[in-house]
Amino acid sequence: MTAAARPPAAAPACPTENAVELTGVTYGYDRRRPILRGIDMTIPRGKVVAIMGGSGCGKTTILRLIGGQLRPQAGRIIVAGQSVPDLDRESMFEMRRKIGMLFQFGALFTDLTVFENIAFALREHTNLPDELVRDLVLMKLNAVGLRGTAQLRPAELSGGMARRVALARAIALDPMLVLYDEPFAGLDPISLGVVGKLIRELNDALGITSVVVTHDVYESLKIVDYLYFVSDGRIIAQGTPQEVKASSDPFVRQFVDGAPDGPVPFHYPAPAYAEELAVHAR
Amino acid sequence: MPAEAFANGLRRVGAGAINAISRLGFAARFFAVVLVHSPDAFRRTSLTLREIYFAGVLSLVIIMVSGLFVGMVLGLQGYDSLNKYGAGDSLGVFVGLSLVRELGPVVAGLLFASRAGSAITAEIGLMKTTEQLAAMEMMAVDPLARIVAPRFWGGVISMPLLAALFSVMGVFGAYLVGVRLIGLDSGAFWGNMRAAISFWPDVTNGIIKSVVFGVAVSLIAVFEGYDAKPTAEGVSSATTRTVVGASLAILALDFILTVFMFRGIGG
Repeated sequence: MTAAARPPAAAPACPTENAVELTGVTYGYDRRRPILRGIDMTIPRGKVVAIMGGSGCGKTTILRLIGGQLRPQAGRIIVAGQSVPDLDRESMFEMRRKIGMLFQFGALFTDLTVFENIAFALREHTNLPDELVRDLVLMKLNAVGLRGTAQLRPAELSGGMARRVALARAIALDPMLVLYDEPFAGLDPISLGVVGKLIRELNDALGITSVVVTHDVYESLKIVDYLYFVSDGRIIAQGTPQEVKASSDPFVRQFVDGAPDGPVPFHYPAPAYAEELAVHAR
Repeated sequence: MPAEAFANGLRRVGAGAINAISRLGFAARFFAVVLVHSPDAFRRTSLTLREIYFAGVLSLVIIMVSGLFVGMVLGLQGYDSLNKYGAGDSLGVFVGLSLVRELGPVVAGLLFASRAGSAITAEIGLMKTTEQLAAMEMMAVDPLARIVAPRFWGGVISMPLLAALFSVMGVFGAYLVGVRLIGLDSGAFWGNMRAAISFWPDVTNGIIKSVVFGVAVSLIAVFEGYDAKPTAEGVSSATTRTVVGASLAILALDFILTVFMFRGIGG
Protein backbone atom coordinates (compact mmCIF):
# COMPACT_ATOMS: atom_id res chain seq x y z
CA MET A 1 0.00 0.00 0.00
CA THR A 2 1.46 3.33 -0.94
CA ALA A 3 0.40 6.90 -1.20
CA ALA A 4 2.74 7.54 -4.11
CA ALA A 5 1.50 7.03 -7.64
CA ARG A 6 2.81 3.70 -8.84
CA PRO A 7 1.27 1.34 -11.36
CA PRO A 8 -0.79 -1.48 -9.88
CA ALA A 9 1.03 -4.74 -9.43
CA ALA A 10 -1.19 -6.27 -12.05
CA ALA A 11 -0.22 -3.68 -14.68
CA PRO A 12 2.01 -5.16 -17.36
CA ALA A 13 4.94 -3.17 -18.71
CA CYS A 14 3.56 -2.92 -22.25
CA PRO A 15 1.26 0.13 -22.37
CA THR A 16 -1.07 -1.41 -24.94
CA GLU A 17 -1.97 -4.09 -22.41
CA ASN A 18 -3.72 -1.41 -20.37
CA ALA A 19 -7.34 -0.72 -21.17
CA VAL A 20 -7.16 2.78 -19.68
CA GLU A 21 -4.25 5.08 -18.85
CA LEU A 22 -4.53 8.52 -17.26
CA THR A 23 -1.40 10.64 -17.02
CA GLY A 24 -1.29 13.97 -15.22
CA VAL A 25 -5.00 14.58 -15.77
CA THR A 26 -6.28 17.90 -14.47
CA TYR A 27 -9.88 19.03 -14.75
CA GLY A 28 -12.19 21.63 -13.23
CA TYR A 29 -15.64 22.93 -14.17
CA ASP A 30 -14.20 26.28 -13.16
CA ARG A 31 -10.55 26.88 -14.19
CA ARG A 32 -9.74 28.48 -10.84
CA ARG A 33 -10.94 25.49 -8.82
CA PRO A 34 -9.71 22.21 -10.32
CA ILE A 35 -11.59 19.11 -9.19
CA LEU A 36 -8.83 16.75 -10.34
CA ARG A 37 -5.15 17.63 -10.08
CA GLY A 38 -2.54 15.54 -11.86
CA ILE A 39 -4.31 12.18 -11.74
CA ASP A 40 -2.16 9.20 -12.82
CA MET A 41 -4.00 5.92 -13.15
CA THR A 42 -3.46 2.63 -14.98
CA ILE A 43 -6.21 0.10 -15.52
CA PRO A 44 -4.97 -3.19 -16.97
CA ARG A 45 -7.11 -5.24 -19.33
CA GLY A 46 -9.30 -7.89 -17.72
CA LYS A 47 -9.14 -6.37 -14.23
CA VAL A 48 -11.77 -4.87 -11.95
CA VAL A 49 -10.44 -1.59 -10.57
CA ALA A 50 -12.25 0.57 -8.03
CA ILE A 51 -11.95 4.32 -7.68
CA MET A 52 -12.97 5.29 -4.18
CA GLY A 53 -13.37 8.50 -2.27
CA GLY A 54 -15.89 10.62 -0.45
CA SER A 55 -18.83 12.31 -2.12
CA GLY A 56 -17.82 15.15 -4.43
CA CYS A 57 -14.13 14.19 -4.60
CA GLY A 58 -14.18 13.85 -8.40
CA LYS A 59 -14.67 10.09 -8.84
CA THR A 60 -17.52 10.39 -11.35
CA THR A 61 -15.60 13.12 -13.16
CA ILE A 62 -12.85 10.58 -13.82
CA LEU A 63 -15.41 8.25 -15.44
CA ARG A 64 -16.77 11.08 -17.56
CA LEU A 65 -13.24 11.91 -18.70
CA ILE A 66 -12.57 8.27 -19.63
CA GLY A 67 -15.86 8.14 -21.56
CA GLY A 68 -15.04 11.36 -23.41
CA GLN A 69 -18.01 13.28 -21.96
CA LEU A 70 -15.54 15.81 -20.56
CA ARG A 71 -12.21 17.07 -21.90
CA PRO A 72 -9.27 17.38 -19.50
CA GLN A 73 -7.57 20.75 -19.08
CA ALA A 74 -4.22 18.99 -18.95
CA GLY A 75 -2.88 15.47 -19.18
CA ARG A 76 -3.41 12.40 -21.34
CA ILE A 77 -6.26 9.89 -21.37
CA ILE A 78 -5.69 6.74 -23.38
CA VAL A 79 -8.48 4.20 -23.83
CA ALA A 80 -7.71 1.07 -25.85
CA GLY A 81 -4.65 2.78 -27.32
CA GLN A 82 -6.57 5.90 -28.45
CA SER A 83 -6.11 9.38 -27.01
CA VAL A 84 -9.67 10.25 -25.97
CA PRO A 85 -9.39 14.09 -25.94
CA ASP A 86 -8.04 14.06 -29.50
CA LEU A 87 -10.91 12.06 -31.00
CA ASP A 88 -13.39 13.81 -33.27
CA ARG A 89 -17.12 13.19 -32.73
CA GLU A 90 -17.30 10.26 -35.14
CA SER A 91 -14.24 8.52 -33.71
CA MET A 92 -15.54 9.20 -30.20
CA PHE A 93 -18.83 7.46 -31.00
CA GLU A 94 -16.85 4.61 -32.60
CA MET A 95 -14.84 4.24 -29.39
CA ARG A 96 -17.96 4.40 -27.20
CA ARG A 97 -19.39 1.37 -28.98
CA LYS A 98 -16.63 -0.56 -27.20
CA ILE A 99 -17.55 0.94 -23.81
CA GLY A 100 -20.53 0.14 -21.63
CA MET A 101 -21.56 2.44 -18.83
CA LEU A 102 -23.79 1.82 -15.85
CA PHE A 103 -25.13 5.09 -14.45
CA GLN A 104 -25.73 5.73 -10.78
CA PHE A 105 -29.49 5.19 -10.92
CA GLY A 106 -29.57 3.06 -14.05
CA ALA A 107 -30.67 5.81 -16.47
CA LEU A 108 -33.02 3.36 -18.17
CA PHE A 109 -35.21 4.84 -20.90
CA THR A 110 -38.51 5.24 -19.10
CA ASP A 111 -40.66 5.16 -22.24
CA LEU A 112 -39.31 1.76 -23.31
CA THR A 113 -39.78 -1.72 -21.85
CA VAL A 114 -36.87 -3.61 -20.28
CA PHE A 115 -36.55 -5.60 -23.51
CA GLU A 116 -36.45 -2.47 -25.66
CA ASN A 117 -33.92 -0.82 -23.34
CA ILE A 118 -31.45 -3.63 -23.92
CA ALA A 119 -32.28 -3.95 -27.61
CA PHE A 120 -31.74 -0.18 -28.04
CA ALA A 121 -28.01 -0.23 -28.80
CA LEU A 122 -28.30 -3.42 -30.88
CA ARG A 123 -30.98 -1.82 -33.04
CA GLU A 124 -29.08 1.47 -33.35
CA HIS A 125 -25.72 -0.02 -34.31
CA THR A 126 -26.44 -3.30 -36.08
CA ASN A 127 -28.72 -4.63 -38.79
CA LEU A 128 -29.40 -7.87 -36.99
CA PRO A 129 -32.75 -9.55 -37.71
CA ASP A 130 -35.41 -9.22 -35.00
CA GLU A 131 -35.17 -12.90 -34.00
CA LEU A 132 -31.45 -12.58 -33.32
CA VAL A 133 -31.92 -9.30 -31.40
CA ARG A 134 -34.56 -11.06 -29.32
CA ASP A 135 -32.23 -13.97 -28.53
CA LEU A 136 -29.33 -11.65 -27.65
CA VAL A 137 -31.51 -9.52 -25.37
CA LEU A 138 -32.86 -12.59 -23.57
CA MET A 139 -29.30 -13.90 -23.15
CA LYS A 140 -28.16 -10.61 -21.58
CA LEU A 141 -31.22 -10.55 -19.31
CA ASN A 142 -30.63 -14.16 -18.34
CA ALA A 143 -27.05 -13.30 -17.41
CA VAL A 144 -28.36 -10.83 -14.81
CA GLY A 145 -31.18 -13.17 -13.77
CA LEU A 146 -34.03 -10.98 -15.03
CA ARG A 147 -35.26 -12.72 -18.19
CA GLY A 148 -38.75 -12.69 -16.69
CA THR A 149 -38.87 -8.89 -16.60
CA ALA A 150 -38.49 -8.38 -20.35
CA GLN A 151 -41.92 -6.87 -20.86
CA LEU A 152 -41.97 -4.71 -17.73
CA ARG A 153 -41.46 -0.95 -17.72
CA PRO A 154 -38.52 0.53 -15.73
CA ALA A 155 -41.03 2.09 -13.30
CA GLU A 156 -42.19 -1.42 -12.35
CA LEU A 157 -38.69 -2.52 -11.27
CA SER A 158 -37.12 -2.22 -7.82
CA GLY A 159 -33.89 -0.22 -7.49
CA GLY A 160 -31.75 -3.38 -7.49
CA MET A 161 -33.55 -4.84 -10.51
CA ALA A 162 -33.22 -1.57 -12.43
CA ARG A 163 -29.48 -1.59 -11.73
CA ARG A 164 -29.22 -5.17 -13.05
CA VAL A 165 -31.19 -4.30 -16.18
CA ALA A 166 -28.88 -1.33 -16.70
CA LEU A 167 -25.96 -3.72 -16.33
CA ALA A 168 -27.46 -5.99 -19.00
CA ARG A 169 -27.85 -2.92 -21.23
CA ALA A 170 -24.25 -1.88 -20.59
CA ILE A 171 -22.96 -5.22 -21.89
CA ALA A 172 -25.43 -5.44 -24.80
CA LEU A 173 -22.75 -4.73 -27.41
CA ASP A 174 -20.11 -6.94 -25.73
CA PRO A 175 -17.87 -4.00 -24.74
CA MET A 176 -14.17 -4.25 -23.89
CA LEU A 177 -14.57 -1.80 -21.01
CA VAL A 178 -17.45 -1.21 -18.62
CA LEU A 179 -17.64 1.91 -16.44
CA TYR A 180 -19.74 1.66 -13.27
CA ASP A 181 -20.86 4.88 -11.59
CA GLU A 182 -21.82 4.11 -7.98
CA PRO A 183 -23.36 0.70 -8.80
CA PHE A 184 -24.08 -0.02 -5.11
CA ALA A 185 -25.71 3.31 -4.16
CA GLY A 186 -29.09 2.95 -2.47
CA LEU A 187 -29.31 -0.85 -2.71
CA ASP A 188 -30.46 -3.25 -0.02
CA PRO A 189 -27.81 -5.77 1.19
CA ILE A 190 -29.09 -8.60 -1.01
CA SER A 191 -29.23 -6.50 -4.19
CA LEU A 192 -25.84 -5.06 -3.31
CA GLY A 193 -24.33 -8.53 -3.07
CA VAL A 194 -26.00 -9.59 -6.34
CA VAL A 195 -24.75 -6.54 -8.26
CA GLY A 196 -21.22 -6.98 -6.85
CA LYS A 197 -21.17 -10.65 -7.81
CA LEU A 198 -22.44 -9.84 -11.31
CA ILE A 199 -19.75 -7.21 -11.86
CA ARG A 200 -17.01 -9.72 -11.00
CA GLU A 201 -18.53 -12.67 -12.86
CA LEU A 202 -19.41 -10.77 -16.03
CA ASN A 203 -15.94 -9.24 -16.05
CA ASP A 204 -14.29 -12.66 -15.90
CA ALA A 205 -16.75 -14.52 -18.14
CA LEU A 206 -16.79 -11.92 -20.92
CA GLY A 207 -13.11 -10.93 -20.62
CA ILE A 208 -13.92 -7.26 -20.15
CA THR A 209 -12.26 -4.58 -18.02
CA SER A 210 -14.27 -2.88 -15.28
CA VAL A 211 -13.82 0.50 -13.62
CA VAL A 212 -16.02 0.84 -10.55
CA VAL A 213 -16.54 4.25 -8.98
CA THR A 214 -17.92 3.74 -5.50
CA HIS A 215 -17.71 4.63 -1.86
CA ASP A 216 -18.82 1.20 -0.69
CA VAL A 217 -15.54 -0.04 0.69
CA TYR A 218 -16.64 -3.48 1.97
CA GLU A 219 -18.34 -4.58 -1.26
CA SER A 220 -15.41 -3.28 -3.31
CA LEU A 221 -12.81 -5.11 -1.27
CA LYS A 222 -14.66 -8.36 -2.04
CA ILE A 223 -14.73 -8.04 -5.82
CA VAL A 224 -11.96 -5.77 -7.13
CA ASP A 225 -8.34 -6.43 -8.10
CA TYR A 226 -7.04 -2.97 -7.31
CA LEU A 227 -8.22 0.24 -5.62
CA TYR A 228 -7.41 3.91 -6.05
CA PHE A 229 -8.36 6.38 -3.31
CA VAL A 230 -9.12 9.91 -4.45
CA SER A 231 -9.35 12.89 -2.14
CA ASP A 232 -9.17 16.58 -2.80
CA GLY A 233 -8.60 15.94 -6.50
CA ARG A 234 -5.55 13.71 -6.05
CA ILE A 235 -4.85 10.02 -5.76
CA ILE A 236 -3.75 9.74 -2.18
CA ALA A 237 -3.48 5.97 -1.86
CA GLN A 238 -3.72 2.82 -3.96
CA GLY A 239 -3.23 -0.88 -3.64
CA THR A 240 -4.72 -4.36 -3.80
CA PRO A 241 -7.56 -5.27 -1.41
CA GLN A 242 -5.06 -7.07 0.85
CA GLU A 243 -2.82 -4.00 0.96
CA VAL A 244 -5.80 -1.76 1.71
CA LYS A 245 -6.97 -3.97 4.56
CA ALA A 246 -3.46 -3.93 6.07
CA SER A 247 -2.86 -0.24 5.42
CA SER A 248 -2.03 2.19 8.22
CA ASP A 249 -2.50 5.25 5.98
CA PRO A 250 -4.74 7.64 8.03
CA PHE A 251 -7.06 8.41 5.10
CA VAL A 252 -7.46 4.76 4.12
CA ARG A 253 -8.06 3.81 7.74
CA GLN A 254 -10.68 6.53 8.15
CA PHE A 255 -12.38 5.41 4.96
CA VAL A 256 -12.27 1.68 5.73
CA ASP A 257 -13.33 2.16 9.36
CA GLY A 258 -15.96 4.78 8.51
CA ALA A 259 -14.59 7.18 11.13
CA PRO A 260 -16.47 10.51 11.18
CA ASP A 261 -13.34 12.60 11.74
CA GLY A 262 -9.77 12.29 10.55
CA PRO A 263 -7.86 13.50 7.48
CA VAL A 264 -11.33 14.18 6.03
CA PRO A 265 -12.63 16.58 8.71
CA PHE A 266 -16.14 16.39 10.13
CA HIS A 267 -16.57 20.17 9.88
CA TYR A 268 -16.63 22.08 6.63
CA PRO A 269 -14.18 25.01 6.88
CA ALA A 270 -15.87 27.90 8.72
CA PRO A 271 -15.01 30.84 10.96
CA ALA A 272 -14.43 30.12 14.64
CA TYR A 273 -17.62 28.79 16.27
CA ALA A 274 -17.61 31.26 19.18
CA GLU A 275 -17.00 34.15 16.81
CA GLU A 276 -19.88 33.06 14.56
CA LEU A 277 -22.26 32.84 17.54
CA ALA A 278 -20.97 36.19 18.86
CA VAL A 279 -20.06 34.57 22.19
CA HIS A 280 -17.52 36.71 24.03
CA ALA A 281 -15.67 36.13 27.25
CA ARG A 282 -17.17 38.23 29.99
CA MET B 1 -21.45 53.97 -1.74
CA PRO B 2 -23.70 55.07 -4.62
CA ALA B 3 -20.86 54.82 -7.17
CA GLU B 4 -20.11 51.24 -6.17
CA ALA B 5 -23.80 50.29 -6.20
CA PHE B 6 -24.12 51.85 -9.66
CA ALA B 7 -21.06 49.93 -10.89
CA ASN B 8 -22.46 46.67 -9.46
CA GLY B 9 -25.81 47.31 -11.10
CA LEU B 10 -24.09 48.02 -14.40
CA ARG B 11 -22.05 44.84 -14.02
CA ARG B 12 -25.20 42.82 -13.42
CA VAL B 13 -26.91 44.31 -16.48
CA GLY B 14 -23.79 43.63 -18.56
CA ALA B 15 -23.52 40.06 -17.32
CA GLY B 16 -27.22 39.52 -18.07
CA ALA B 17 -26.81 40.91 -21.59
CA ILE B 18 -23.72 38.80 -22.28
CA ASN B 19 -25.52 35.72 -20.96
CA ALA B 20 -28.59 36.43 -23.11
CA ILE B 21 -26.50 36.93 -26.27
CA SER B 22 -24.45 33.83 -25.55
CA ARG B 23 -27.64 31.78 -25.06
CA LEU B 24 -29.06 33.16 -28.30
CA GLY B 25 -25.88 32.09 -30.09
CA PHE B 26 -26.10 28.65 -28.52
CA ALA B 27 -29.75 28.38 -29.58
CA ALA B 28 -28.83 29.33 -33.17
CA ARG B 29 -26.09 26.69 -33.27
CA PHE B 30 -28.50 24.20 -31.70
CA PHE B 31 -31.07 24.96 -34.43
CA ALA B 32 -28.43 24.40 -37.12
CA VAL B 33 -27.41 21.05 -35.59
CA VAL B 34 -31.06 19.96 -35.32
CA LEU B 35 -31.51 20.75 -39.01
CA VAL B 36 -28.37 18.76 -39.85
CA HIS B 37 -29.83 15.77 -37.98
CA SER B 38 -33.30 16.19 -39.49
CA PRO B 39 -32.82 13.64 -42.31
CA ASP B 40 -32.44 11.00 -39.54
CA ALA B 41 -35.84 11.99 -38.17
CA PHE B 42 -37.46 11.47 -41.57
CA ARG B 43 -35.55 8.29 -42.39
CA ARG B 44 -37.03 6.74 -39.25
CA THR B 45 -40.59 7.87 -39.76
CA SER B 46 -41.92 5.89 -36.79
CA LEU B 47 -40.05 8.23 -34.41
CA THR B 48 -41.50 11.37 -35.99
CA LEU B 49 -45.01 9.87 -36.30
CA ARG B 50 -44.91 9.05 -32.59
CA GLU B 51 -44.10 12.69 -31.83
CA ILE B 52 -46.86 13.93 -34.15
CA TYR B 53 -49.21 11.76 -32.10
CA PHE B 54 -47.98 13.18 -28.78
CA ALA B 55 -47.78 16.81 -29.89
CA GLY B 56 -50.64 16.87 -32.38
CA VAL B 57 -53.24 14.17 -31.75
CA LEU B 58 -53.16 14.58 -27.98
CA SER B 59 -53.68 18.36 -28.41
CA LEU B 60 -56.84 17.87 -30.46
CA VAL B 61 -59.28 18.16 -27.57
CA ILE B 62 -58.02 21.50 -26.24
CA ILE B 63 -57.59 22.94 -29.75
CA MET B 64 -61.03 21.89 -31.02
CA VAL B 65 -62.95 22.84 -27.89
CA SER B 66 -61.14 26.20 -27.67
CA GLY B 67 -61.78 26.84 -31.38
CA LEU B 68 -65.46 26.12 -30.95
CA PHE B 69 -65.85 28.50 -27.99
CA VAL B 70 -63.74 31.26 -29.56
CA GLY B 71 -65.92 30.99 -32.69
CA MET B 72 -69.14 31.13 -30.67
CA VAL B 73 -67.97 34.21 -28.74
CA LEU B 74 -66.85 35.87 -31.99
CA GLY B 75 -70.28 35.11 -33.40
CA LEU B 76 -72.06 36.79 -30.50
CA GLN B 77 -69.75 39.79 -30.23
CA GLY B 78 -69.42 40.19 -34.00
CA TYR B 79 -73.17 40.07 -34.60
CA ASP B 80 -73.78 42.60 -31.83
CA SER B 81 -71.33 45.09 -33.37
CA LEU B 82 -72.15 44.46 -37.04
CA ASN B 83 -75.88 44.59 -36.53
CA LYS B 84 -75.63 48.18 -35.24
CA TYR B 85 -74.55 49.16 -38.74
CA GLY B 86 -77.02 46.88 -40.47
CA ALA B 87 -74.25 44.48 -41.51
CA GLY B 88 -75.31 41.43 -39.51
CA ASP B 89 -75.19 39.31 -42.68
CA SER B 90 -71.43 39.92 -42.85
CA LEU B 91 -70.87 37.86 -39.72
CA GLY B 92 -69.43 34.96 -41.75
CA VAL B 93 -66.87 37.27 -43.38
CA PHE B 94 -65.90 38.85 -40.06
CA VAL B 95 -65.46 35.53 -38.27
CA GLY B 96 -63.80 33.77 -41.21
CA LEU B 97 -61.20 36.47 -41.81
CA SER B 98 -60.48 36.88 -38.09
CA LEU B 99 -59.90 33.18 -37.66
CA VAL B 100 -58.01 32.38 -40.84
CA ARG B 101 -55.73 35.41 -40.76
CA GLU B 102 -55.10 35.88 -37.05
CA LEU B 103 -56.91 33.99 -34.35
CA GLY B 104 -56.47 30.51 -35.83
CA PRO B 105 -52.66 30.55 -36.01
CA VAL B 106 -52.12 32.78 -32.95
CA VAL B 107 -54.49 31.20 -30.43
CA ALA B 108 -53.74 27.68 -31.67
CA GLY B 109 -50.02 28.55 -31.34
CA LEU B 110 -50.47 29.81 -27.78
CA LEU B 111 -52.45 26.69 -26.83
CA PHE B 112 -49.89 24.48 -28.58
CA ALA B 113 -47.06 26.14 -26.63
CA SER B 114 -48.88 25.53 -23.36
CA ARG B 115 -50.02 21.98 -24.04
CA ALA B 116 -47.35 20.39 -26.28
CA GLY B 117 -44.37 22.77 -25.92
CA SER B 118 -44.30 22.47 -22.15
CA ALA B 119 -44.63 18.67 -22.38
CA ILE B 120 -41.71 18.43 -24.83
CA THR B 121 -39.50 20.60 -22.60
CA ALA B 122 -40.40 18.66 -19.46
CA GLU B 123 -39.79 15.31 -21.16
CA ILE B 124 -36.37 16.22 -22.56
CA GLY B 125 -35.41 18.03 -19.34
CA LEU B 126 -36.33 14.98 -17.25
CA MET B 127 -34.41 12.71 -19.59
CA LYS B 128 -31.41 14.95 -18.99
CA THR B 129 -31.96 14.99 -15.22
CA THR B 130 -32.20 11.19 -15.05
CA GLU B 131 -29.07 10.85 -17.24
CA GLN B 132 -30.98 9.19 -20.07
CA LEU B 133 -29.46 11.60 -22.59
CA ALA B 134 -25.97 10.95 -21.19
CA ALA B 135 -26.62 7.19 -21.33
CA MET B 136 -27.62 7.54 -24.96
CA GLU B 137 -24.44 9.48 -25.75
CA MET B 138 -22.38 6.81 -24.02
CA MET B 139 -24.10 4.24 -26.24
CA ALA B 140 -22.80 6.22 -29.22
CA VAL B 141 -26.30 7.41 -30.11
CA ASP B 142 -26.68 11.15 -30.65
CA PRO B 143 -29.65 12.45 -28.61
CA LEU B 144 -30.02 15.34 -31.05
CA ALA B 145 -30.81 12.87 -33.82
CA ARG B 146 -32.75 10.30 -31.75
CA ILE B 147 -34.66 12.53 -29.31
CA VAL B 148 -34.57 16.20 -30.34
CA ALA B 149 -35.01 16.16 -34.15
CA PRO B 150 -38.15 13.92 -34.16
CA ARG B 151 -39.78 16.06 -31.45
CA PHE B 152 -38.93 19.25 -33.33
CA TRP B 153 -40.43 18.00 -36.59
CA GLY B 154 -43.39 16.43 -34.82
CA GLY B 155 -44.22 19.93 -33.51
CA VAL B 156 -43.57 21.70 -36.81
CA ILE B 157 -45.86 19.31 -38.73
CA SER B 158 -48.61 19.30 -36.08
CA MET B 159 -48.92 23.05 -35.63
CA PRO B 160 -50.40 24.07 -39.04
CA LEU B 161 -52.85 21.16 -38.88
CA LEU B 162 -53.97 22.18 -35.41
CA ALA B 163 -54.32 25.84 -36.48
CA ALA B 164 -56.46 24.75 -39.45
CA LEU B 165 -58.68 22.65 -37.17
CA PHE B 166 -58.96 25.57 -34.74
CA SER B 167 -60.21 27.83 -37.56
CA VAL B 168 -62.66 25.20 -38.83
CA MET B 169 -64.10 24.70 -35.34
CA GLY B 170 -64.25 28.49 -34.85
CA VAL B 171 -66.21 28.98 -38.05
CA PHE B 172 -68.51 26.15 -37.01
CA GLY B 173 -69.01 27.79 -33.60
CA ALA B 174 -69.88 31.10 -35.24
CA TYR B 175 -72.32 29.26 -37.55
CA LEU B 176 -74.03 27.68 -34.54
CA VAL B 177 -74.46 31.06 -32.86
CA GLY B 178 -75.15 33.20 -35.94
CA VAL B 179 -77.37 30.89 -37.96
CA ARG B 180 -78.81 28.39 -35.49
CA LEU B 181 -79.19 30.65 -32.45
CA ILE B 182 -79.66 34.17 -33.79
CA GLY B 183 -81.35 33.11 -37.00
CA LEU B 184 -79.15 34.66 -39.72
CA ASP B 185 -79.63 33.35 -43.22
CA SER B 186 -77.42 30.34 -43.77
CA GLY B 187 -76.85 31.17 -47.48
CA ALA B 188 -75.74 34.72 -46.60
CA PHE B 189 -73.43 33.46 -43.87
CA TRP B 190 -71.58 30.97 -46.09
CA GLY B 191 -71.92 32.88 -49.37
CA ASN B 192 -70.48 36.14 -48.04
CA MET B 193 -67.67 34.20 -46.42
CA ARG B 194 -66.78 32.39 -49.64
CA ALA B 195 -66.90 35.64 -51.64
CA ALA B 196 -64.72 37.62 -49.24
CA ILE B 197 -62.08 35.09 -48.25
CA SER B 198 -59.65 33.99 -50.91
CA PHE B 199 -57.22 31.13 -50.72
CA TRP B 200 -54.44 33.53 -51.69
CA PRO B 201 -53.51 35.54 -49.70
CA ASP B 202 -55.87 34.99 -46.74
CA VAL B 203 -55.63 31.22 -46.21
CA THR B 204 -52.02 30.84 -47.41
CA ASN B 205 -50.84 33.66 -45.16
CA GLY B 206 -52.56 31.95 -42.23
CA ILE B 207 -50.80 28.72 -43.14
CA ILE B 208 -47.42 30.49 -43.39
CA LYS B 209 -47.99 32.03 -39.97
CA SER B 210 -48.85 28.70 -38.40
CA VAL B 211 -45.75 27.06 -39.91
CA VAL B 212 -43.52 29.87 -38.58
CA PHE B 213 -45.16 29.60 -35.14
CA GLY B 214 -44.71 25.82 -35.26
CA VAL B 215 -40.97 26.22 -35.93
CA ALA B 216 -40.63 28.85 -33.17
CA VAL B 217 -42.57 26.94 -30.51
CA SER B 218 -40.94 23.57 -31.30
CA LEU B 219 -37.44 25.05 -31.36
CA ILE B 220 -37.94 26.87 -28.06
CA ALA B 221 -39.43 23.73 -26.49
CA VAL B 222 -36.63 21.34 -27.50
CA PHE B 223 -33.91 23.90 -26.77
CA GLU B 224 -35.18 24.71 -23.28
CA GLY B 225 -35.48 21.00 -22.49
CA TYR B 226 -31.99 20.23 -23.75
CA ASP B 227 -30.50 23.26 -21.99
CA ALA B 228 -32.41 22.73 -18.71
CA LYS B 229 -30.43 22.47 -15.49
CA PRO B 230 -30.56 18.82 -14.46
CA THR B 231 -32.55 19.43 -11.28
CA ALA B 232 -36.26 19.48 -10.41
CA GLU B 233 -36.11 23.27 -10.19
CA GLY B 234 -34.20 23.47 -13.49
CA VAL B 235 -36.84 21.46 -15.37
CA SER B 236 -39.61 23.51 -13.81
CA SER B 237 -37.92 26.79 -14.83
CA ALA B 238 -37.26 25.48 -18.34
CA THR B 239 -40.93 24.54 -18.76
CA THR B 240 -42.00 28.00 -17.63
CA ARG B 241 -39.47 29.61 -19.98
CA THR B 242 -40.88 27.58 -22.88
CA VAL B 243 -44.45 28.75 -22.30
CA VAL B 244 -43.50 32.40 -21.69
CA GLY B 245 -40.84 32.56 -24.44
CA ALA B 246 -42.93 30.74 -27.04
CA SER B 247 -46.02 32.86 -26.31
CA LEU B 248 -44.06 36.11 -26.62
CA ALA B 249 -42.33 34.84 -29.77
CA ILE B 250 -45.72 34.03 -31.34
CA LEU B 251 -47.10 37.50 -30.59
CA ALA B 252 -43.97 39.28 -31.84
CA LEU B 253 -43.67 37.13 -34.96
CA ASP B 254 -47.38 37.61 -35.64
CA PHE B 255 -46.96 41.37 -35.70
CA ILE B 256 -43.90 41.19 -37.97
CA LEU B 257 -45.54 38.73 -40.37
CA THR B 258 -48.77 40.76 -40.44
CA VAL B 259 -46.86 43.91 -41.35
CA PHE B 260 -45.25 42.13 -44.29
CA MET B 261 -48.26 40.09 -45.42
CA PHE B 262 -51.03 42.62 -45.24
CA ARG B 263 -48.93 45.75 -45.67
CA GLY B 264 -50.27 46.68 -42.26
CA ILE B 265 -48.80 50.18 -42.06
CA GLY B 266 -50.40 52.47 -44.62
CA GLY B 267 -51.07 49.48 -46.85
